[in-house]
Amino acid sequence: MLLREVQKILDAEVLVGAEKLDMEVHTAFGADLMSDVLAFADSGCLLLTGLTNPQVIRTADVLDIAAIILVRGKKPPPETLRAAADKNIPVLSTKYILFESAGRLYEKGIVGSAQKVDGRRVRL
Amino acid sequence: MKRGLSVPHRKWMGAVSVCEKWLYGNSFPVDGGNFDDAGRVSGRIKTILKEMGIENDVVRMAAVITYESEINIVSYARHGMISLHVLPEHVEIEAVDEGPGISDIRLAMQQGWSTATDKIREMGFGAGMGLNNIRNFSDIFHISSDVGSGTRLKMIIHILREQDR
Repeated sequence: MLLREVQKILDAEVLVGAEKLDMEVHTAFGADLMSDVLAFADSGCLLLTGLTNPQVIRTADVLDIAAIILVRGKKPPPETLRAAADKNIPVLSTKYILFESAGRLYEKGIVGSAQKVDGRRVRL
Repeated sequence: MKRGLSVPHRKWMGAVSVCEKWLYGNSFPVDGGNFDDAGRVSGRIKTILKEMGIENDVVRMAAVITYESEINIVSYARHGMISLHVLPEHVEIEAVDEGPGISDIRLAMQQGWSTATDKIREMGFGAGMGLNNIRNFSDIFHISSDVGSGTRLKMIIHILREQDR
């Protein structure tokens, strides 16, 4: 699915990266705890989160996450948007809650970056 | 997964020592309390490893390990140093800090156990996952700590996988 379609499904506002909406995405991970994102998200996945500080961008950058979807209508501070622009990571904001956002994307074919967690999940 | 060092154990020698087997060696300072800067060193280490042509999952493991280590140093220590050494068969990462140390390492390694402040939790960390993530993303993990002096982590990631040996 194109990021453009993700934006449409979630009725999301593009805060950073309007020029990257034609990127393909297939998987997603959702959490507010960045340690869990580091442990379970994949490179190239969407990150759905309610956290808006610059650490979200740094976490996404460490993992080569494709794009960030801020849920629950969150609007990030300017330093987060600056960091996202620097790292060239698109940031979208949707008013849907995390559960709704995930459900709407899953219904259209986006799957989790992992289905289940079995303790030690590295070396895919 | 094999535990214990699979390479001759070399004592930690600090930033300026030289080993002829190293393909790369460097140390990066991390300031305690500087939350705005957390992630800078892991970003650099990721770039260095990528440019060396190290395989993607090794880069990812190293990036996660150094990022969590940086968050720990920024969150709890006065000052720290993260060193990266790349050898033909493995990547070594050490995170050494001057700080309060950990009095009960077994407890600190327990998932969910944390002494994090609100500031740390606001950043999306401090849920007692960091040391676990570091251990889980390492092939070999060592932790030692002296209360009142600091904590030292040493992590090794094998570049050659079991099937390549």
